[in-house]
Amino acid sequence: MTNHDDHSHLSDTELRVRSLESLLVDKGLVDPAALDAIVDRYENKVGPRNGARVVARAWSDPAFKKHLLEDASAAIDSLGYTSTQGVDMLVLENTPSVHNVTVCSLCSCYPWAVLGLPPAWYKSFPYRARAVKDPRGVLREFGLELAPEVEVRVWDSTAELRYIVLPERPEGTEGFTEEELAELVTRNSMIGTEKAANPNAGDS
Amino acid sequence: MDGIHDMGGMDGFGPIPIEYNEPVFHAEWEGRLYAMNSALGALGEWNIDAGRACMERLAPVVYLQSPYYQRWLYRMENILVERGLVTPTELTAGTPEGAAREPLSTDEVFGRLRASRSARVDQPVEAKFKVGDAVLVRNIHPVGHTRTPRYVRGRRGVIDRDHGVFIFPDTHAEFKGESPQHLYSVRFTARELWGPDASETDKVYLDMWDDYLDAD
Repeated sequence: MTNHDDHSHLSDTELRVRSLESLLVDKGLVDPAALDAIVDRYENKVGPRNGARVVARAWSDPAFKKHLLEDASAAIDSLGYTSTQGVDMLVLENTPSVHNVTVCSLCSCYPWAVLGLPPAWYKSFPYRARAVKDPRGVLREFGLELAPEVEVRVWDSTAELRYIVLPERPEGTEGFTEEELAELVTRNSMIGTEKAANPNAGDS
Repeated sequence: MDGIHDMGGMDGFGPIPIEYNEPVFHAEWEGRLYAMNSALGALGEWNIDAGRACMERLAPVVYLQSPYYQRWLYRMENILVERGLVTPTELTAGTPEGAAREPLSTDEVFGRLRASRSARVDQPVEAKFKVGDAVLVRNIHPVGHTRTPRYVRGRRGVIDRDHGVFIFPDTHAEFKGESPQHLYSVRFTARELWGPDASETDKVYLDMWDDYLDAD
């Protein structure tokens, strides 16, 4: 009922959006060139590759990783990914015994500045409703089965703090360059619904 | 408010709709709407908490039946009217009634968005709690905006870290001031929230302000 009809109202909604944009332009509330630039920024410039580079740096550079876990906003800014969202960042480290996963049950808070716009499933009612109560069931739908002794930590984003998961570095990646490592860092692994890609499993 | 947006723990929505290799926007209008939202945000006529509160006031049936960006459209129309930037007549007609203002340029929009301040407040406010303290989330049901979901109200947790002083969304959403206070990451066991059938190892963390918490 909620997720399969994302396009069924397209024509009515599209007309209403066009009418609203035309009104806002005519009133001088927005400049269409600024709208073009914002769309271009999110379609072509900001995205999960930025977060992947942050993770790859943390895997390669212990001092950077320490900085990232202690003061994520400053560490991320030091790589040049300044926030356009005005929020503080928190990085959550996955280990063999702890798995972190992030959600926003009340709306759809997400680290836009570092991961780009969220995937539709992150904003969906099933994810918002279930991640806090049945995280293991949710992760199973992403193909991730965690052992009962692994502690699952769900982070429900209620404040102006944005979470990024630092996934575990895959085994067999000794000697990989930062660029090669970044290729293994999927968007979902930084949300916490997957592990980083395993280069030996042929799925990278 | 105890609205439909407060979904944590609800059942019946089905499986996660995972889509592989999805585009940033699924239709051109979604991108235009997203951009309008950012550009209007740069005007500074409302804050992020007021924007969320406006979304939460959508009727539950509308909220549930409308896809994500359609909810954004309804929220945008409503907040533009609430803040007096657009009249209902203009919305219906699609044409302005008065003179146009000079819009922000692209550079000004991006400059303002880059400069938008964090919700962190640089003021010396005393913390009510310290790391390790046991806390009880207040059983509150404000009619206005709040960031304390129903599923943690009345539940016991532990202060996991102190994030420092932040704007309090409940007052900020209603333009009644920033009420700066400490914000903490509070750790709850899955069993405290979901009962004895939940995992005995799992935890849920929420960011909670001083005004949501009592000492336990």
